[in-house]
Amino acid sequence: MNSDHHVILRVVSKMLLPIIVMFAFYTQFHGDFGPGGGFQAGVIIAVAVILYALVAGVPAAMRAVPPAFTRSLAAIGVMIYAGVGYWALFKGGHFLEYQALFNEPPGEHHGQHIGIMVIEIGVLCGVSGAMLTIFYAFAGRVAEIRDKDW
Amino acid sequence: MTGVLEGDIGIALVNILLLAVLFVVAIAIARLRNLFAIVMLSGIYSLVSATWYVVVDAVDVAFTEAAVGAGMSTVVLLGAMLLTSRTAKPDKKFARLGPLLVVIATGVMLIYATVDLPALGDPDSAVNQGVGLTYMQINWADTGIPNVVTSVLASYRGFDTLGETTVVFLAGLAVALLLGFGERSLAESIKREGKLPGSNGKSVSETGKEEDAS
Repeated sequence: MNSDHHVILRVVSKMLLPIIVMFAFYTQFHGDFGPGGGFQAGVIIAVAVILYALVAGVPAAMRAVPPAFTRSLAAIGVMIYAGVGYWALFKGGHFLEYQALFNEPPGEHHGQHIGIMVIEIGVLCGVSGAMLTIFYAFAGRVAEIRDKDW
Repeated sequence: MTGVLEGDIGIALVNILLLAVLFVVAIAIARLRNLFAIVMLSGIYSLVSATWYVVVDAVDVAFTEAAVGAGMSTVVLLGAMLLTSRTAKPDKKFARLGPLLVVIATGVMLIYATVDLPALGDPDSAVNQGVGLTYMQINWADTGIPNVVTSVLASYRGFDTLGETTVVFLAGLAVALLLGFGERSLAESIKREGKLPGSNGKSVSETGKEEDAS
């Protein structure tokens, strides 16, 4: 395979990657005010890594984001989400009752904001980790995606 | 159904155009045998339907469809395609007759059902009454979050979303357990730092030997 004819693809992707990750974080933290949230942001981050894997090769992507890290990230994400539920339990509320996180009276919304932000981070970690684990499971089966394979 | 006629003619034309594109893409997917073209067309299908969701004011659904349907599932399908052959087997004669009848019957029933559908954005429709209306009314006092979709997903239905996150995690775990974590076949190439297999023409024979050895 001669990689010369991929130079435009490579350069354009290199410029796009930081923008994609930035947009993912915008989606993540803007979810309270507009469309978006942890699920979409997690998929977008996973897509950024997958784009890097498609352009630079799966081994390079596995060096940058190791498979052991992605599957731990998926588990940690679910634990962060469930952890907020237990945090509310320990504060004397029900499971995932954000109002109880800081023992607030009804009308105060600090606990709601913090709780939703933390669970969205959990969703972000869980989804991006799971998506990348799935991608690595498929892409790791073929040694290298060559041009003639398309 | 009356809403389209009463509403903006431009929106109606955009609707018709997008649905026509969806129809054409679906027919093309059904008729093609080349798996690569089918995967690409299904990505296009997702992207066009995401655009259509924006037209009918379902931006959250459109966002998810664009990210998951057009981005993620296309890539996963490509990866799955690389594990199998590139073309689907041609059908036997009359093998499509049964599925065609099922599809036509389902389509006729769905078209019959649309007669009873309320118009788009009808305030008296079932989805905009009842619990949907209640969420819109009490959301701000309860959570103080402007986006009702987020507050329903994360706060009112927090248990559901925890379940969904767990399902996504379990899906990743199941695929990894079935297909392997993907490191073993790549372990050798990762050890050879900076030298990607197949990235230049001269190493073709070398990689061929390594594949035989493994």
